[in-house]
Amino acid sequence: MITLRQVEYKYQEGTPMETEALHKVSLEIRDGEFIGLIGHTGSGKSTLIQHLNGLVRATGGDILYNGESIYREGFSMKELRSRVGLVFQYPEHQLFEVDVFTDVCFGPKNQGLSKEEIEKRAREALSLVGIGENYYKKSPFELSGGEKRRVAIAGVLAMEPEVLILDEPTAGLDPRGRDEILGQLARLHRERGMTVILVSHSMEDVAKYVDRIMVMNHGCLVFDDTPRVVFGHYKELEEMGLAAPQVTYIAHALAEAGFPVRTDVITVEEAEEAILCTLNMDGVGRMEKADGEGR
Amino acid sequence: MGIIKAKNLIYNYIKRDEEEKVEEVNEAVKDVSLDIEAGQFVAVLGHNGSGKSTLAKHMNALLLPSEGTVWIGGMDTKDDDSLLEVRRTAGMVFQNPDNQIIASVVEEDVGFGPENMGVPTDEIWRRVDECLKAVGMTAYRRSSPDRLSGGQKQRVAIAGVMAMEPKCIVLDEPTAMLDPNGRREVIRTVRELNKKKGITVILITHYMEEVIHADRIYVMDEGEIAMEGTPEEIFGRVDELKALRLDVPQVTELAHGLRKKGVPLSPCILDVEELVGELVGIRKQRTAQ
Repeated sequence: MITLRQVEYKYQEGTPMETEALHKVSLEIRDGEFIGLIGHTGSGKSTLIQHLNGLVRATGGDILYNGESIYREGFSMKELRSRVGLVFQYPEHQLFEVDVFTDVCFGPKNQGLSKEEIEKRAREALSLVGIGENYYKKSPFELSGGEKRRVAIAGVLAMEPEVLILDEPTAGLDPRGRDEILGQLARLHRERGMTVILVSHSMEDVAKYVDRIMVMNHGCLVFDDTPRVVFGHYKELEEMGLAAPQVTYIAHALAEAGFPVRTDVITVEEAEEAILCTLNMDGVGRMEKADGEGR
Repeated sequence: MGIIKAKNLIYNYIKRDEEEKVEEVNEAVKDVSLDIEAGQFVAVLGHNGSGKSTLAKHMNALLLPSEGTVWIGGMDTKDDDSLLEVRRTAGMVFQNPDNQIIASVVEEDVGFGPENMGVPTDEIWRRVDECLKAVGMTAYRRSSPDRLSGGQKQRVAIAGVMAMEPKCIVLDEPTAMLDPNGRREVIRTVRELNKKKGITVILITHYMEEVIHADRIYVMDEGEIAMEGTPEEIFGRVDELKALRLDVPQVTELAHGLRKKGVPLSPCILDVEELVGELVGIRKQRTAQ
């Protein structure tokens, strides 16, 4: 569990250039959560995640990892960083080893594990992201964008972190590539109980996968709730340069046009169900059986 | 002949060993022919590795065909003498705005291109004013680019290309790194340039919502053009697109799902108003019965 208490961060504190990037952020990340973190460029979300594994030191407030302050003297930052894995934006730019397998071994090797353990973890991590043995000896530079991205994520997974934070893991990937990576993250979360924090600019992706959304704006945490509640504030989100998924707008537009429908839908499936529900209530349900598949 | 034309274009990435012997040949573009009319808004879709960026790089001679020919404004890109003219005709905007901005003040960055082309100073300033206005960044002309948001930086990059007065702008995933607001700003800007200034736009993207207003869409797969048509024609083929690792806008997917369940909607719905209008109509009809 990670707890933030009134965390503040100021760039160039004490100089005329002082800028506040985080303003009194308090929150709690519980074990096993799948959280989406959204906010426009410059809202402070990247600064926030860099605090979570001690890459940036708060200029005010405190951060606790499992109840213990990470700023306490003698606290092992190295230990923290292997428990809280951070995947940066465009992580494939950080691939550097001669082949895929060696690259993934780099993290666990630095944790001082035995050779067998290192290789076991690398194998596991690569299989978790769907990279087969036929890729192990390839140079990272021979891979496609999506493959490289997955190898880079495997490099962090091989350290077996308890918390995995990803900064826009799907930027620049095609729709299927996006679904593959997010699907694998959802599986890690479900099957291993890994805590996952996903920073994303895609409201549709966030709506589909996470159980909780945190919204940053001008360095403050402005919303922290379930996706349904957060996207209910779509007007405020727009003022912050964000949006709700397109289906949420469809539902609102329908309601305004006199088509009574639930407006708190956030995925395509929910919207479909809500619309069918309205049509069925009107006694239109018959046509479903009569027509079957589309025409 | 259109402003951009390719005939039987083939491009191979060739990997050589230390002795320059060919080790591996990767056919990135295989036999592509297309003809784009001046003034059109054309979108190119395709999964990662489908060859769309390789194709784009042929549009201003960053790459030259291994086989076949590409003509830009009627000029063969293989012709050395017309290289500069080709690049003036077709400008490019790339994914990462940070890699495309070089000056420390916005207006100087926009003036960099025309300055290099030897445009007289007065004319450079006139173009800088005009282009910043066109992308809505006049208020930031004396700002430092590193203080801008991603969408703003990308609009400055677009202004920088416009200042060279190309007839055509090729944008290779210009919104991939932007937040929703930044994406909206960039797409709005690009559409306006196309509508108001008549600049031909080639937009490469992974975001399906960005291309619903295009005049024409090409879908690339394995280095070939797999599908071609208007947005209605392309997005009506939901299952085929999914097989090509692509997607459709949420509104289209929703309409497609409803149709499968027997709701009598039109075959391809691309915007929210259209869907809302039809659903309201259907309900009125049913309740009247």
